Parts: sequence; C-alpha cells; structure tokens
Amino acid sequence: MGAVVDSGSERAVPLNVPAKREIVARSSRGDRIFRGIVSAGALSSLVLLGLIAVFLIVRSGEIFGRFGLDFIFSSDWTAGAEADGSDSTFGVWAMLIGTIIVSLIAVIVALPLAVGAALFIEFYLPERLRSAVRMLVDISAAVPSVVYGLWAVSIFSGAASSWGELLHKFAGWFPLFGVENEQYDRSPFVAGLVLAIMITPIITSVSREVFSRTPPDLVNASYALGGSRWGAIRNVVLPYGSSGVVGGTMLGLGRALGETVAVYLVLNLVFKPNFRILESQGGNVASLIATKFGEASQYEIKALLAAGFVLFVLTMVVNMAATYIVQKKSPLES
Amino acid sequence: MSDTALAPTPAPIRPWKVTPRMVAPQLGLAFGGAVAAMAVVLATGLAGFDGWLVVFVPISIIGTLLLSRSKGAVASVDAIVGNGIVTVAGISFYPIVSLLWTVISQGLDALLNWNFVSSDMRISGPDDELNMGGALHALVGTLMMVSIAAVITLPLGVLTAVYVTEVRGKLRTLVRFIIQSMSGVPSIVAGLFIYSTVVMGMNKFSGLAGGLALAILMLPTVARTAEEVLKLVPDDLRSASYALGAPQWRTTLFVVLPTVRSGIVTSGILGVARIAGETAPLLLTASYFTATTFSPTEGPVASLPMFTFGLLQSGTEYSFARAWACSLLLLLAVFVLFTIARALSGRDKR
Repeated sequence: MGAVVDSGSERAVPLNVPAKREIVARSSRGDRIFRGIVSAGALSSLVLLGLIAVFLIVRSGEIFGRFGLDFIFSSDWTAGAEADGSDSTFGVWAMLIGTIIVSLIAVIVALPLAVGAALFIEFYLPERLRSAVRMLVDISAAVPSVVYGLWAVSIFSGAASSWGELLHKFAGWFPLFGVENEQYDRSPFVAGLVLAIMITPIITSVSREVFSRTPPDLVNASYALGGSRWGAIRNVVLPYGSSGVVGGTMLGLGRALGETVAVYLVLNLVFKPNFRILESQGGNVASLIATKFGEASQYEIKALLAAGFVLFVLTMVVNMAATYIVQKKSPLES
Repeated sequence: MSDTALAPTPAPIRPWKVTPRMVAPQLGLAFGGAVAAMAVVLATGLAGFDGWLVVFVPISIIGTLLLSRSKGAVASVDAIVGNGIVTVAGISFYPIVSLLWTVISQGLDALLNWNFVSSDMRISGPDDELNMGGALHALVGTLMMVSIAAVITLPLGVLTAVYVTEVRGKLRTLVRFIIQSMSGVPSIVAGLFIYSTVVMGMNKFSGLAGGLALAILMLPTVARTAEEVLKLVPDDLRSASYALGAPQWRTTLFVVLPTVRSGIVTSGILGVARIAGETAPLLLTASYFTATTFSPTEGPVASLPMFTFGLLQSGTEYSFARAWACSLLLLLAVFVLFTIARALSGRDKR
C-alpha cells in the first residue's frame, strides 16, 4: 500500500546498448554498525522463542525422562508426598482432550458469529456508525480475560447451563450431548461458549479488516452485473477474504487453546477424558497449571512446566500453521 | 455556499440510495416482530431474552420472505440472508454489550468510594465494607510492571520493525514469521518461562519477573504494529534522503522514524492495552501482595487482574463489588488507551 512503484515488466532493450554497469554500494561504517544493532535487536525475538522452549524442556526434562509418552497419553495426576516424586504420577491426556474439545466448541460457535458480524459491519451498517462499532469490536478483543471470567461466572454461566440442559433434553440421544449426572454447570459446553464469546471479537476484527480491503471495483462489477448484495458477498467478498478469515480463526483458536483464567473460573477440573460436553467435568492444560501451581511441590512444579511445554508446542503448531496460511495467501501481506 | 449562481443541474439518479420508504416496511417488521415475540414470551412458558430471540427469529424470517415475495427469487434470498446476517451480528454483539453494561453498573458501586483508589488492602479484608481498603496497591503494581514491560519492549519492537522494513535483512521473512507466531504464545506459558528462569533464579516472586513475563506478550503486538506503520512511509522520503547523501542510519533515525513518531507511540499503546489485563502470567511471576510496594525486586507485587482474580475466589458480596470495580478500572484503561491510539493514528498523515 506504500507508494512503491515496482514494475516487474521487462522492457525491450535495444541490442546496441551496453550491458548495465553493476553498481556496487559499499555501506559506510556507520551503516554497518547500525545494521548490526538492528539485526541483534530483531534476532532477540528468535532467541527468546528458542529460550522458552529450551528452558521449559530443561527444567521439566526429569518428568519427560521418567514418564515418557505416558505423560501425554495417561490421565492420572497424583502428587505424592515424597520429595523425589517416587509416589507421584503425572499425565495430561484428559487435560489435552479437554483443551481441544473446549477450543473446538469455541471456534465452531464463534466462526459464524464473527463472519456474520464482520459482514454486517462492512456491508450492512450505515457508514456513520461503522467506525464506532469497529472500535467496540477492537475494545472487546482487548477486554482482559479475567473480566470475561467474572462476567461469565456471575451472569452468563447460568444461562449457558440452562441452554446445555435444553440441548440435552432435545438432542440427548446424540452421544456428545448425553449426561450421567443431571448437572449442567461448569461443563466444557459452558466453558466453550465463554471462550467463543472471548474469541469472536478477535475473529471479527481480522475478518472485517480483510473484507474491507476487497477491491471496490470487484464489488461494483458484481452489482453492475445485476447481482444482489448477497451475490456480491458470496462471489467476491468471501472468496477474496477467505484466507483472512482462516487466519483470524486460527488466531482465535490459539487464544482459546491457551486461555487460563476464564476456563479456570467456569470449568470443573476432572482428570478423566470426557467427551460428553454437557457433563460437569472437563479440563484444560492452562487451567491445570493455574489450579495446581499454588500448592505444588518442587516435583509437581516440574510436571507443570512439562505440561506448559506440551501446551507451548500445541499452540505453536496451530499458530505457525495460521501464520503460514495468512502470509501465503492473504492480500493483506505486501 | 450559495447555489443560486449555478445553473440548476438535475439531481443525479441514485437507484441504490436507501429511502425511508424502502426501510419503513423492514423497520415495521422488526418492531412488530419484536412486540409479537414479546407477547408470545409473556403468554407462554418461554422465558427471558433467549425465549424472545427464539420467537423473534422465525417471525422476522417469515416476515422478510413475505415482504420480498413480489421481487423475485434473487431478491428474496438476498433479503433472507441479510436478515440472517443482521441477526447473527446482533447475537454476537449481545454478550459484549451485556458485559460492558454489567461491568459499568456493578463496578460504580465500589469505585465511587474515593478510598478505592487511594488506599490498599493492607488492613482490610476482601469482604470488608466498601468504604474501607482499595485498589491502590494493585494500580501501583500494574503501572510498575507495565512500565517495565514497555521499557524493554518498545526498543526491541521498533528494532524488529526497522529490521524488517528498513534494513531488510536476510532473515526478515523468518523474523516476521516468528513474531507472528509469538503472538500466539499462551500467556501462562510466558509466565512459566519467567518462573523457570527469573523466579527460580531469584528464589522469590517479584514485579521484575512480572514485567518480564508481560514483555514477552507485548513484544509481538509492538513489533507488528510498528512494522505496519513503517510500511506506510513513502519510499520517496527514503530516496530523497539517500539522494542527499545520507547513509541508511541517518535516513532511518532522522527521516523515517520521526515521520511516524505517533504511529510508534500507538504501537506501544496497543501493546500496553494488550497486556494490562493479563492474569495468568502474573499468577506465576508477580503473585499477589496486599500492601502497596514500589520495589520491583523485593518480593510479590499486586496487580489489578490478580487482585480481581483473588476477589473472585473469596466470592462474598463485597469482594464481588470490588472485583467489578477493578474490572471497570481495567476497561477504562483499555478504552482510554484505544482512544489515544485512535487520535494519534490520524496524526501521521503525510
């Protein structure tokens, strides 16, 4: 979007023109120092990300060494009294499953809401109101998770658990919606909805941005051909903005995977893989860390660091995939 | 602005212009549907906003269908989808409006006591009356840790942005990729990292550790925003500077960066807005302390989000009132920061 004029077109060169003289620019000493400083600063982020991985794995190496893959694929979390941990067993399987279930619910609910809201802001809302609503969305994307948690605990979770009850009443035959105990609060369903509300503004904000950059010529062409507003949206805006929507969704998914406080406040932590999303039991790696951290022994702390490493890897994979998709396809990027 | 001198030009025809007459049936439908749905909710066992919505949506869909019946299939589909999009948008804004409303209405209770911002919780418990104790310790702690994070992050973020846009080093694709991915590091993992290094190293919780954890979360926001801003600098400016014989470092420091000064400030502000309310990393690094402390290296420090989090867990009436007031403070901070950022973002217009 800068004023860079870079025509890659090859101009026809007359044969008798001598070959272009190669211009060699030797940068001055000041420039070399400047580049050195800037590069060092920029590379610090690389080093930092590496350090995070290294430190987490070094400090928790003992746990991975002892439990191996069982740390990931077993669901037992018992902290023993022995200082050397000989009577402790740690496994995050149930929490991993819980993290994924809760985040998936969040994304499934948030994606249509966010795309609808983004289209509404860009194509249905009168222009006068647009910037105010944009700001509302941006602010709600920045509302701290503890505030969402407080609101969820005192206002939202009651409504959400009654929706869960309704869902069970009318769709209880579906295995996901079955329950053993007639208790619907503090379930993965409720936590998933809270996360959905938290990530909707994030996805909305990214999608809106991409939608608003649809070349107006294309939209107008669609209208000129007699298309309706929906025709223009379906045939021009959505295809054009799809990678942005995917990127925003992955960003939201990443946020949902790592959310701690809101999930801690509205979800019952139970160390058993639970696929019945309306049942009042579930978990998430981040809230496991927050729950156990307070009274953990030295040995359990190592297990929590190991859990943190697993979460780190999970979110990094999701985020790198998102970044790759967005940078590869998005019209936003240069 | 007199138009008497001009020959009267015919008003251009604007077939796409929305006239009140076109909107009237839709408004009528929305209003009528709302009233009808309300009547159904009152008459039957359906309750509350959810029940109302369940009745209103079918009414509005059928109504839209009837209204657009005479205009053909394409127009009908368009009207139905438009209706759906407006409904979906309404549903997605509803929680936010509810949240903002609750925070403001509940938060004012405790916030309207002057002592809430002038005293701390050293001698008061979470369920003491609202005219005792306050959030001063949390305010001071949050300010301290956010400042530490900002002081570390701003230079690093700007350097990163300069590396990507000005120096255009060999690794710039990788650096951008890493920065983008870093924005997805879960906040609790940042906390764990600082815990495993700084807190374990110093053997105590501290404001410094908290600030460092926040810096990890702030860096990607600052770097990316600064990069976007630097990209807006026209190349002509750089070329002009080079043409006058300035080396790259002078061009960057004295031409490019001053042009986008307020944009850089904006990147910092957005970064601060991103981290001011983070709870999870502080849980593991700064912990919580009831008294006001100004030293970043001597033991635990309070912060607004941690204070809120603690109040939530004691769960009494007054502690909730305090938690709402803290939330209101956090929201106000975010709002003010965004407003400043928006005001500044218009400044750099060349």
